[in-house]
Amino acid sequence: MLIIGELINTSRQAIQAAVESKDAAYVQKIAVEQEQAGANYLDVNCGTQVFNEIETMEWLVNTVQEVSKLPLCIDSPNPKAIERGLSLAKYGQPMINSITGEAERYAQIQPLAQQYKSKIVALCMDDMGMPETAGDRLRVVRKLHHDLTAAGIPEDDIYFDPLVKPVSTGDQAGVEVLETVGLISRDYPNVHKVCGLSNVSYGLPNRKVLNQLFMVETMTMGMDAYILDPLDRTMMGFVHGARALLGKDSFCMNYLTAHRQGLYQQDK
Amino acid sequence: MNSFGNMAEAVIAGDFETVKKMTQTMIDEQVDPIAIINQGLMAGMNVVGVRFKAGDMFVPEVMMSARAMSTGIELVKPLIADTNMPSAGKVVIGTVKGDLHDIGKKLVVMMLESAGFQVVDLGVDQAPADFVKAVQEHNPHVVGMSALLTTTMLKMKDTVDALKEAGLRDKVKVIVGGAPVNRSFAEQIGADGFASDAATATDLCKTLAQ
Repeated sequence: MLIIGELINTSRQAIQAAVESKDAAYVQKIAVEQEQAGANYLDVNCGTQVFNEIETMEWLVNTVQEVSKLPLCIDSPNPKAIERGLSLAKYGQPMINSITGEAERYAQIQPLAQQYKSKIVALCMDDMGMPETAGDRLRVVRKLHHDLTAAGIPEDDIYFDPLVKPVSTGDQAGVEVLETVGLISRDYPNVHKVCGLSNVSYGLPNRKVLNQLFMVETMTMGMDAYILDPLDRTMMGFVHGARALLGKDSFCMNYLTAHRQGLYQQDK
Repeated sequence: MNSFGNMAEAVIAGDFETVKKMTQTMIDEQVDPIAIINQGLMAGMNVVGVRFKAGDMFVPEVMMSARAMSTGIELVKPLIADTNMPSAGKVVIGTVKGDLHDIGKKLVVMMLESAGFQVVDLGVDQAPADFVKAVQEHNPHVVGMSALLTTTMLKMKDTVDALKEAGLRDKVKVIVGGAPVNRSFAEQIGADGFASDAATATDLCKTLAQ
């Protein structure tokens, strides 16, 4: 199970403010807290800095790496920002977030994955648009799987993101994703599956509950990586618990460690 | 008059079967079709907009209400001459070039139509020239642009510039929205307005289309 900590993102106001005031200490505090809470990767996204994204990416990557040796998930729609981030990432195997089946995007990102031998998040969308059904998604998965592996990218480095859409605007949106994850697991057992959780609950009340439930449901279908807030203790408790119940936690050791670390105690 | 109130309630409840029945009954009773729209269907939808904005109603409920309302509109529309059809204004809307996201834009379209706007939805991946062409063709009060990617939101600026070049900028109001977009970005690129959600976008269009 791979947990990618999502908090270092300039679309969050506190990070935006820290970037603007070059408050390295705050960014580093968030990095360390996510690592301590069990993140395996730290996502770095400064896409909202449209006029100086590349410089901001450089500053964030360097700032984070002063305090954490976790590998980074370099997250941007801008290939130049991704390249800058990858070129500076020095611990472990970096991850690219993300490539898609869109021809232009694919051509820009695939060489970066090869050059930096990175892991890569592959979104299940292409030039036909955003997917609706599991069938739409599998069509993109087949093409991307073929093209990426033909380019020499190991299956173990590929993380398909089924693209989670809100159930509020289409009540089959959740089940289409669950079906997709099941089909990928069946047809491509050696690749990974990753997703974010907050899209599913857009437009509805009590979003945290829905996000938590969707984590458990997707994990049951074979999802094995999440981009989430590891400081959310309830969510992380459910991650460890779900792993143990699904037989993905040898001798329940990971679950018991989380227990001993006090994860299941009430927040004060 | 009470029946208008009941019709509005049925719209608010998203009960399209009842709305359909009530609309047909009123038509059979020779009630003024424009009054059916303004005092019944639209009156209900106005309440929905207010409740949605206040967080008392949620996206799926708004969609049910919008569907209920359009069921009624479809029935009365043939009875009204095109020129007499009540309209809050005309809006051309699309997702900008390179961006395929459409969920948020569709919500805005739905809310605008429910508020009585004529909406021309260009779809996704629309180049600046596509917006220019649509403005020339449809002569709208407002042009709305959506972007969900930080790379594509710059296309909003290109589109504003293209409207300027085509001499159309002062003939139309420009509004922008989408997850990475904010008010200061809207001001920076020379847009007339920004809205963070579909209900606010609708209120903004009402102001701008006056």
